[in-house]
Amino acid sequence: MNAIEVRGLRKTYGGHTAVAGVDLTVAEGEVFALLGPNGAGKTTTTEILEGHRRRDGGEVRVLGVDPATADRRWRADIGIVLQTATDAADLTVREMVGQFAGYYPDPRGVDEVIDLCGLTEKAGARISSLSGGQRRRVDVALGIVGRPKLLFLDEPTTGFDPEVRRQFWDLVRSLAAEGTTILLTTHYLDEAEALAGRLAVIAAGRIVAEGTPRTVGGRDRAPATVSWVDAGGQHHLNTTDPVRAVTELAARGRVSELQVRQPSLEDVYLNLIGAKA
Amino acid sequence: MTTTTARPRPQARPAAPLPSTLANGLARGAAEVKMFFRSKEAVIFTFSFPAFVLLLLGSIFDTGEAMPGGASMSQVFAASMIAYGILNTAFTSVGVGIAADREDGTLKRLRGTPITASAYFIGKIILVAVATVAEVALLLAVGVVAFGLELPTAPSTWLTFGWILLLSVIACTLVGIAASGLAKSGKNAATVLNLPVIALQFTSGVFVAISSLPDVMVKVAAFFPVRWMGQGFRSVLLPDSMAVGEVAGSWELPVVALVLGAWCVVGLLLCLLTFRWTERKAG
Ligand SMILES: Nc1ncnc2c1ncn2[C@@H]1O[C@H](COP(=O)(O)OP(=O)(O)O)[C@@H](O)[C@H]1O
Ligand SMILES: [Mg+2]
Repeated sequence: MNAIEVRGLRKTYGGHTAVAGVDLTVAEGEVFALLGPNGAGKTTTTEILEGHRRRDGGEVRVLGVDPATADRRWRADIGIVLQTATDAADLTVREMVGQFAGYYPDPRGVDEVIDLCGLTEKAGARISSLSGGQRRRVDVALGIVGRPKLLFLDEPTTGFDPEVRRQFWDLVRSLAAEGTTILLTTHYLDEAEALAGRLAVIAAGRIVAEGTPRTVGGRDRAPATVSWVDAGGQHHLNTTDPVRAVTELAARGRVSELQVRQPSLEDVYLNLIGAKA
Repeated sequence: MTTTTARPRPQARPAAPLPSTLANGLARGAAEVKMFFRSKEAVIFTFSFPAFVLLLLGSIFDTGEAMPGGASMSQVFAASMIAYGILNTAFTSVGVGIAADREDGTLKRLRGTPITASAYFIGKIILVAVATVAEVALLLAVGVVAFGLELPTAPSTWLTFGWILLLSVIACTLVGIAASGLAKSGKNAATVLNLPVIALQFTSGVFVAISSLPDVMVKVAAFFPVRWMGQGFRSVLLPDSMAVGEVAGSWELPVVALVLGAWCVVGLLLCLLTFRWTERKAG
């Protein structure tokens, strides 16, 4: 069974179409990234799948159920990390995690979750005293304390410093290794590339490409650029067979500044979302 | 030697029963009470405010001369202020608290878990009960110490105090929950909710003796619970001779019960009709 199945999802706010016919399939156990710039419709799509917002059209199945009519049992199987929250400032980390553990039928141990999220030193601290990155890890702790089958992470690492981001990526990988299905939204390419087995690029409410980080947007088939300098000056050659081009070049004699450049995920992405680099 | 253990996949576990609404409600209540008393601004500026007003206005009215019926003006005032104390903890605090829960993401986060809405409400009711009992105790203490208010001794009088308190709290809490939806954001909730509170204090004979109010004002205020709350608490905390100062010349306890009971029903209906998990702008 697929964890998430979406067909023709639509959502408009007033006259503005935020999601314009999105199709998505996420298999069980997969880490799937929804990659897109601000305002692309990532949060709207995610929150419809979480049952937080109503859709205006399309078919949605999350763990086999329509989120608009889902019950408590379904909520026990999903974990949600929202894009923003500033609640519970006057509770400590352990009090908050303990409270939420009590809402689930089969929670993880409170200290286990706190440890997993790297918050052991802060377990007794008021949430209001935490840094932005630590607060975000509390959000994650609350999202995974119920041992979800499916975890939603909406821009989980925005504002993290590089080291904390690496730690967070390790946490996501260990959750994935346990079999948790993860839907991640991000506008960081390196995050999608590091974590996702598959990804979809969303822009202006539409999925513009889908695939693995290696193949998305035809990245594996796109022409490479071979460039070099010789007596005649600087040369650039776009070719789908860069190996042959370099071999021929070698046969012709000395060249300098030889470079073969294949499109990076960033090139593909910027091209897809229509922001020419 | 190495042993390999099969990794327990989440879906392999048997379905445990969902926790009960009551257990979750009690946990919410504990968290609500902790958060309330840990927030210094709430305790100092919201919780202590009625006692502060009582001290201030009580001292201004403390002319020394007795009113018709024997008690002093500041004693009448101290008894009436209990109504304001309840309004403050049950109506304003709940209304502002829920609007804030809606705005800061508390409600949205809860809604993403298997908790029931009833468990959330049980938490609020526990908070209101604890805060109200503390508030009333504080006001009674100020009334007794500063203005010579005499606490009743007969158990039947305390019984009356009990049911008036209970009906007042239920009515004010339910209307507060419903009113939380009126405020567009948590920030302006306090302003929006204080308007009817202040208006009702003046027109219901809490800040000003009811005998000195214009007739129309008294008639309009009679439709709202505050007037009857104040009258009920005066009946309990003042000598019976003071009933001459009331509109009907008596305490009218059956009417108090009727009006407060009716507001409990109205409050419940308003709640069911208007409660929203999220802010109006969120889709
Ligand atoms: N509650 C809302 N009301 C009105 N417009 C909204 C609302 N939420 C999002 N939008 C609009 O819908 C579009 C998509 O927003 P969003 O889903 O938040 O994108 P992302 O998460 O990719 O940044 C944006 O143009 C945004 O302004
Ligand atoms: Mg977003």
